[in-house]
Amino acid sequence: MAEAIRQKVLEIIARQAMLEVDDISSETTLTDIGIDSLGLVEAVFAIEEHFDISIPFNANQPDATGFDTTSISAMIATIEALIAAKKT
Amino acid sequence: MQRVVITGQGTINALGHSATETLAGMRQGRSGIGALDFADVERLSIRIGAGVKDFRPEDHFSRQQLALYDRFTQFAVHAAREAIVQSGLNFDGELGAEAGVVLGTAGGGLQTQDENYRSVYQKGQNRVHPFVVPRLMNNAAASHLSMIWGLRGPVYSVATACASSNHAMGQAFQMVRSGVSRVMLTGGAESMLCFGGLKAWEGLRVMSPDACRPFSADRNGMVIGEGAAVFVFEAFEHARARGAEILAEVAGFAMTSDASDIVMPSAEGAARAMQGALADARLTPAMIGYINAHGTGTRANDRTECAAISEVFGADASGLMISSTKAMHGHLIGGTGAVELLAVIMALKDGVIAPTIGYRQPDPECALDVVPNAARQCRIDAALSNAFAFGGLNAVLALKRA
Repeated sequence: MAEAIRQKVLEIIARQAMLEVDDISSETTLTDIGIDSLGLVEAVFAIEEHFDISIPFNANQPDATGFDTTSISAMIATIEALIAAKKT
Repeated sequence: MQRVVITGQGTINALGHSATETLAGMRQGRSGIGALDFADVERLSIRIGAGVKDFRPEDHFSRQQLALYDRFTQFAVHAAREAIVQSGLNFDGELGAEAGVVLGTAGGGLQTQDENYRSVYQKGQNRVHPFVVPRLMNNAAASHLSMIWGLRGPVYSVATACASSNHAMGQAFQMVRSGVSRVMLTGGAESMLCFGGLKAWEGLRVMSPDACRPFSADRNGMVIGEGAAVFVFEAFEHARARGAEILAEVAGFAMTSDASDIVMPSAEGAARAMQGALADARLTPAMIGYINAHGTGTRANDRTECAAISEVFGADASGLMISSTKAMHGHLIGGTGAVELLAVIMALKDGVIAPTIGYRQPDPECALDVVPNAARQCRIDAALSNAFAFGGLNAVLALKRA
C-alpha cells in the first residue's frame, strides 16, 4: 500500500515536471525539477483528486500549513497520514 | 488637453452603503470581513469574505428593475446615484449626448450565472428566466447607468481581472482629458461572493481562511469583497464654470503588461506602470505622499509590490506612506481600484491616510511605511493608486489635491 502511494505520487509529480517517473525519486526536491508554486498547486490538486483527500496547503505559507514540501518523501509522509486518517 | 477633476463619488461595499460611511470606516480602521452566508457555503473551505451587509434591493429598485439587475448592477446603480447627486450634474441636452460610462468588472453578473447553473445542472430544470443573458453580461451595469441617466456617448465595460477598475478609470480620464467628453461616469462593480465564485478562488490556494493582513510577515492570503464605487470625472473648466465642488484632480495614468506569467506578478511591470503614471502626471517621486497599494495580502503580491515601489522611489520611499485598504473592504477584484480610489481622495482632500489593518509583524521584504492599523492625519499633495492583475496587467492612476 505504502509503495503504491509512493509510486502514484511520484507519477503525478513527474507528470507535472514533464519528466519520466524514473527521472525522479523520493529524495528529489521540487526546485530540482523546476516545479514552481503554480505547478505545486496543480500537483496538490491531482494528488487530492486521486486519493480523495484534502491537503491543507496555502501557497502563501507553503511551510506553515502542515504539508511539508521540502522533499517528495516529506510530501509522501503527509499524504500517507491523510489517507490513513481517512480510513479510521 | 483638458485638466480632469472628480466632482462626485459614490459607493457601496462592506464598510457601508455610501462614501461617507465607507470613509468613516476607513478612518476607524474597521474591518468589513466576516462569515459568509449563502447557498452551499458549507461546501467551501474558505468561509470568510467582505460582503455588503443589510442591503435590501427591494428598498431601492422596482420589481422590473430587479428582474434585470444582477447584484453587481444593483451595486453600480446605487453607487452612481450617490456620485451624480453629489456632482449636481444634469445630463439633459448636449451633455448627455457626449457623456458616457466606463466601468470595470471582472465577473459581471456572476450571481446570475451561479444561480442559473445551479438550477439547470443541479436541480435539472430545463427553463431559465428570459433575462439571464441581459443580467449576466459584463456590460450590463454600464448600460443601465447610461439608460437611467441618459448618457449617450461612449459606454462600455472593461475586464482585466483585478485591474479592471483602474483600467476603466484610466480610460475615462483619457477621454475627458482629450476632449471626447466633458463628463464620464467611471469606476467598477463586482459581486463574486457566491458558491461558484469562491470555489474557483479556493482552487488556486491563495485565499486566507482567517484574515487579510497586507504586508504583515504572517499574512496568509487574500479575502474577497464585493460592492461598487462610481465617480464623476469632469473637465476642470466645465466644473469650475458651474461652481462644482472639486474632490481631487486626476493627473495621470499608465498601464503596462508584464508579458511573463499568468499569475505571478513582476516588479518590473509594476514599476514601469508607476513610472508611467508619474511621467504622465508630470510628477516626481518626491511629490507623492501616499500610495494606495494593490496590497492583496498574498505572499507574492506584497513582496513584489514593495520591491517595485522601492525601485521607483529609491530614497524617497522612506518618506512615503503606503497602505492597503483591502484588509477593511476585502479584494473587490474588478471593482477594487474604484473603492480604493475613495481612500486616495480622502488622503488628498481631508489629509487622512487610511491604514493597513490586521498588521501584526514587520516583513523585511515589505520594509516600507505601511501605515499599520491606525489612520494618520497628514496633508499630502499627490498620490498614486496601484492595481496589478492576474495576466500581468498593471494600471496606475496619479491624483493631485484640488
